[in-house]
Amino acid sequence: MADTPQSGPAPDVPTRLTTADGKPLKAALAKAQAAARRRAFLLVLPLLAFILITFVVPIGQMLHRSVHNEGFAVHQDIGSGVRTPIMTNLRDWFAANPQGTEPDEVAYEALVKDLVVLRDLKAPGQAGTRINYERSGSRSMFTKAARRAKKIEPPYKEAMLELDEDWADPELWQVMRGAVSPYTSNFYLAAVDRERDAAGDIQRVNENRRVYVTLFVRTLVLSILITAMTFILGYPIAHLLATLPLRYSNLLMILVLLPFWTSLLVRTTSWMVLLQSQGVVNDLLVSIGLLSDDNRLQMMYNRWGTIIAMTHILLPFMVLPLYSVMRPINPSYVRAARSLGATSWTAFRRVYFPQTVPGIGAGALLVFILAVGYYITPALVGGADGQLISNLIAFHMQKSLNWSLAAALAALLLAGILALYWIYDRLIGIDNLKLG
Amino acid sequence: MKLRTALMASALTSVAAMASAEGEVTVMSWGGAYTKSQVEAYHKPFTEKTGVKVNSVDADNPATPIKAQVEAGNVSIDVADVEFSDAVRLCDEGLLEEIDLSILPAAPDGTSAEDDFIEGALQDCAVANIVWSTVVAYNTEAAKNAPGSIADFFNTEEFPGKRGLRKSAKATLEMALMGDGVPASEVYDVLDTDEGVDRAFAVLDGIKDDIVWWEAGAQPPQLLADGEVVMSTAYNGRIFNAAVGEGQPLDIVWDGQILDFDLFVVPKGAPNKDAALDFIAFSTDTQRLADQASWISYGPARKSSGALVGLYSDGKTEMAPHMPTAEANLSNALVNNFEFWVDKDAELNERFNAWLAN
Repeated sequence: MADTPQSGPAPDVPTRLTTADGKPLKAALAKAQAAARRRAFLLVLPLLAFILITFVVPIGQMLHRSVHNEGFAVHQDIGSGVRTPIMTNLRDWFAANPQGTEPDEVAYEALVKDLVVLRDLKAPGQAGTRINYERSGSRSMFTKAARRAKKIEPPYKEAMLELDEDWADPELWQVMRGAVSPYTSNFYLAAVDRERDAAGDIQRVNENRRVYVTLFVRTLVLSILITAMTFILGYPIAHLLATLPLRYSNLLMILVLLPFWTSLLVRTTSWMVLLQSQGVVNDLLVSIGLLSDDNRLQMMYNRWGTIIAMTHILLPFMVLPLYSVMRPINPSYVRAARSLGATSWTAFRRVYFPQTVPGIGAGALLVFILAVGYYITPALVGGADGQLISNLIAFHMQKSLNWSLAAALAALLLAGILALYWIYDRLIGIDNLKLG
Repeated sequence: MKLRTALMASALTSVAAMASAEGEVTVMSWGGAYTKSQVEAYHKPFTEKTGVKVNSVDADNPATPIKAQVEAGNVSIDVADVEFSDAVRLCDEGLLEEIDLSILPAAPDGTSAEDDFIEGALQDCAVANIVWSTVVAYNTEAAKNAPGSIADFFNTEEFPGKRGLRKSAKATLEMALMGDGVPASEVYDVLDTDEGVDRAFAVLDGIKDDIVWWEAGAQPPQLLADGEVVMSTAYNGRIFNAAVGEGQPLDIVWDGQILDFDLFVVPKGAPNKDAALDFIAFSTDTQRLADQASWISYGPARKSSGALVGLYSDGKTEMAPHMPTAEANLSNALVNNFEFWVDKDAELNERFNAWLAN
């Protein structure tokens, strides 16, 4: 006990400190700090609101949309905003009959009743579109059947099959069973090239429709490749920038920054001018006789176009963080290493390089994350095999209007990046990141 | 989304308030030379005749703001110029006013509007104004022999060189089948079967390594003029503008062209619905459709307009033979089947994307 006098409570508690007007110091301090905290909070409030509105809320909505699609469950009237549940009879039938039940006359009666509702609400297009996402060719079945729904007489099954024998397709019923609930995981299944078969089991989609997994892998591989290329090209440039006398390095810096300040589209189209088969590079190679006119190199509208253009466009994001860590490195460290007998390679490897690692980490992370989400450059110069997953997300946002699938793809991409960020944090440590 | 829609709606309120003043109608179209042709042929004469002012607004795709505005309950557009598939889809989703076709005037010779318009040009919620087409165009200087048919496009042995194709299953698959000898009238029957789709992709496989894909309509004339491709699919109006307007050495192969409509629609809740309907009836009459054709080589949607189509705005080029609807150009023409694509779009594009990526 005698060895550890601090471990017990202090024997003499000093009299309570108070401010001049007699309030306890602790309370006064807390009050003053609370006011400061409130002020600080009010100062960041605009930014917080901005981030919430423009970032957190949309991402939350995106994630929600990827599992939620009520096209086959609720109809919202355009003018009045009245929400009417649809397909209610069918939902009841699905609830009463387990997976795999052969649809009977009762089921078809429920379907016809729901089609009448759809007709009155002018919603067959909406409901059909939802089913069409998962079973191609369904949309017109709904619009056609709804048009005649009021004239359909029992026996309903026979009447429906007369309209279109595809109504008996077990896959269609499986899709409808899934779609009556607005919450579904099917968009995520589709985003990894999977679907549910008629029995509800998960299987891979037909070989000639598999595309998303391929593109996720390609996006990952190309992004890693581009990150590596920017590193290989950027490291010597950054070193040169950091070691040259100021008046030269400023000039060089402008050469790095000038393209950085130029519009992305301008830079991409410049690469098109350079790389196309009638472009500057090919013309030059032909004119000096390295290539014959018939054998011009195809450097664009394929994967090479994407790699070359993106490497150039993302290069400043590697150079700048590298430069910012190289600039303050004291050259006498390397000199000291040399004077102690290290070869120049050893001095670089053991002394200089380790000091630049935070910059490499920052640059690589920046370039990689930007590359994973790159959209416009691959769209312009990527041709067919240089497309990335973002191009398909854009396709589903703008053309197919299957926003739920786009959201699911985007959510997977987001999850992938967060996972890589986590791995990075475990391997290198996020504290080692230096952005400048 | 709701929040954003609400913000957008409030921003649009002021615009809507201005537009709903009496004697105005707001027309949304695609911009560029196409909007210009509409301003000259429709807007100016309409204002002259009725005194109603026409506000011209442009969008990348007028169908997109319609959905946002109607769903927010704050519509500022009275008339929009949209593509066929969008017109059908928006109508199905209840976002458009239905148009009473009896407001459309008859042709000068008395033929009723219903008979005068090309088949399919009149829909529940939409009235077509132009017919445009996807054609094969080629560079007359770069092509060693001039292609004469759609089959030549897919024949890189006899007609070597790169090909430009639109990066979309729509139109591409149809052209592939026509290039393989399927007559236009049977294309959609063949494409409706799995074997037909396989066949179309097999044709595309044959030229896959030579394809340069384009997405924006302005790209193919550029690719052709640069010599980047020897032949390309393209929108016929763009090729006409580059060839006649700018003197580029481009020509069109009309064999196997795919015709499509652009249509006028009225969004549900349009502030000047009556003026909008007047505008549509006026603009799609025989003379007005013919007038528009003198500004861009898109065909009028009325048969009776064909005879009235005159000279290009340069004052010397006869427009009639440049129209996709000219008799000589229609010998093997396919009319885009929107219903086929509304149904099969998801599946075929998925397969198309997979085919591209592998």
